[in-house]
Amino acid sequence: MVVRTITGDAAVAYGAMLARAEVVPGFPITPQTIIIEKITEFINDGLMDADFIPAESEHSVMSVAVGASAGGVRTFTATSSQGLALMYEMLFAAAPSRLPVVMAVANRSLGAASGIWTEHNDSQPVRESGWLQVYVEDNQEALDMTIQAFRIAEDHRVMLPIMVCLDGFILSHVVEGVDIPERSIVDSFLPKFVPVNVLDPREPFMINPVTPPEFATEMRYQQDRTVEASKPVIMEVDRQYAALTGRSYGGLFEEYRMEDAEIALVGAGTWAGIAREAVDQLRAEGTRAGLIKLRFMRPFPGEELRLATAHLKGLGVFDRSAAFNGYGPVFTEMRNALYGSGVPITDHVAGIGGRDITVEMVREMYEIVEGNASGEKVRECTWHALRGEQR
Amino acid sequence: MNRMSSMKDVPREDMLMHGHGACPGCGYAATAKNIAKMLGPNTVVYVPASCLVVFGALYPTSSWKIPYFYTAFENTGAVTAGIKAALRRRGVDATVVGMAGDGGTFDIGLQALSGAAERNEDVIYVCLDNEAYMNTGIQRSSATPFGAWTTTTPVGQVVKGNRYFKKDIARIVADHDVPYVATLSVAHFTDFVRKVQKAKETKGFRFLHCLTPCIPGWRIEPSKGVSINRLAVDTGMWTLYEVVNGVPKVTYKPKSIAPVTEYLKLQGRFKHMSEEDILTLQGWLCEKWRAHYGEEPGSPPCPVPVHEEVLAHDGDPLYGI
Repeated sequence: MVVRTITGDAAVAYGAMLARAEVVPGFPITPQTIIIEKITEFINDGLMDADFIPAESEHSVMSVAVGASAGGVRTFTATSSQGLALMYEMLFAAAPSRLPVVMAVANRSLGAASGIWTEHNDSQPVRESGWLQVYVEDNQEALDMTIQAFRIAEDHRVMLPIMVCLDGFILSHVVEGVDIPERSIVDSFLPKFVPVNVLDPREPFMINPVTPPEFATEMRYQQDRTVEASKPVIMEVDRQYAALTGRSYGGLFEEYRMEDAEIALVGAGTWAGIAREAVDQLRAEGTRAGLIKLRFMRPFPGEELRLATAHLKGLGVFDRSAAFNGYGPVFTEMRNALYGSGVPITDHVAGIGGRDITVEMVREMYEIVEGNASGEKVRECTWHALRGEQR
Repeated sequence: MNRMSSMKDVPREDMLMHGHGACPGCGYAATAKNIAKMLGPNTVVYVPASCLVVFGALYPTSSWKIPYFYTAFENTGAVTAGIKAALRRRGVDATVVGMAGDGGTFDIGLQALSGAAERNEDVIYVCLDNEAYMNTGIQRSSATPFGAWTTTTPVGQVVKGNRYFKKDIARIVADHDVPYVATLSVAHFTDFVRKVQKAKETKGFRFLHCLTPCIPGWRIEPSKGVSINRLAVDTGMWTLYEVVNGVPKVTYKPKSIAPVTEYLKLQGRFKHMSEEDILTLQGWLCEKWRAHYGEEPGSPPCPVPVHEEVLAHDGDPLYGI
């Protein structure tokens, strides 16, 4: 075991290197760029045996990735924001073609008002592309999930691409102590990729021919069921990784002080670290607060979260992006999952365009959840630290 | 390995089988089929959005005997590069070929094509050029010739047909300093066979630009595709050459230039053209001929006064040969 003080981007690159990714197409975009820089360093220093293909755009990056994965090798790439948007079309080729590409997404605000800082409005809108999506909280988890992502994606019960999402700058550019697992440990955890559908003249095969309505429905149904079927694989992979490294993240989501909690918040990303502090403060003051760190947005653990929150008097959802239906995307999913459960639920939008989230801000979220639990009239969706008046 | 130098050397076994759904007389299908059989069974084919995606395979059937992949329109250069990298890493020594149309090459696919060419990816890129977006129903591309009717260059009361001149894509690719670029016509079959053979045995990025008549899009008789291809070369609407490691070479030169009207009159897409437009196109061809072959085209039909539209669009000479 070696502990290195590295950025979140570098942690992802170490993950891809230890996972022995073989083809890595790349194109620079802030705040992901360090990932592909680091990978090319590993390759040029002889530490990683992979083909880096410097494509001329992110659309081509995902096109190369899809081609390489269909050609039967372990494929990794990384992107952010506008780059993910440019890949949009090809995301929908990777998932139904059952190509287990692993891609890191250093979350960054997309479009106007233009910025390079973190927001989840790049990856959340593609949660319906058929990719699995996991959000991480710190650099260690970024490395661990990059390795685990290959195991999950390439499992023959799954065979779906996966995005490992890490908050831009807050993780991508900030250094933390990260335990880099031994190669032998990763090798024992992650077997060689065994492709299922592969383009090989020795066994001719067609991938993604035009599919008429007589067949498309069944294919899409299988794809939908497979996303659901990835849940036990994710839990199993988390347990096995923990057995080797001592680090478990709870699989689909992680609970913090939830056993006897009366009110709780659920949300994804680095926000969870701040929320933990808020929970500790509230607990010290006698409030029975709890926290659920949402990790997987796809598969969305709706049924599991319904069970985990059934005992609550009030639940709040944290959203780092808007869905422009009056709520955020996580809330939209969460309220759907809790429909009929009777647990009062509110939405809390914060951290937009990379604005800092403070402990005070999260405590304000808990206050609203508590008010809602005791029957006070509160907003269904609050934008926190908003200048000017909310309407 | 058996080297092909003429029609008799071409393997009999098809890789794009009978039973596909192309129109009778389709030049696109004839060209794809012949290239596929010459490349042989140790080949993987990628096809972007095009007629070939529709007529070549429709789940659960396929006319392809070789592995086939399709994803999108604009990424032939990139997907083929990914497939090749994977096969190389897995120790599979196979030919990877992308077969794209003119829209997927000249227009929406130009960026990925340039990227693959610049990186000298070890793939064959075939552009099957039927001079418009035929799969979506005959819309103009930057491969559409001057004057041609398409559904987006309609014959109106004021403007009649396409006002732009065809982009010289093979030259653009050759300027990437790739190992092999060639232009092909199924009407010149020995030349066709030799060029596919050269592409097959060359390493690195190879580009085959093929003129492929479209029966409904060009409004021609299904039996006339090959004769029209021949006339394209005789009139200078198509030129046959190759560029080997940067060295250009004319592989076939007609004795003299035939008047473009010989080519136009067989195709409904040109039937509305005014005398002035025909003269403009003829002027463009006379210039092109002179620059390409390095000699004066015959008289008649040349010389004709060069229209300013021609100068604006095609001022540079072609290869100085």
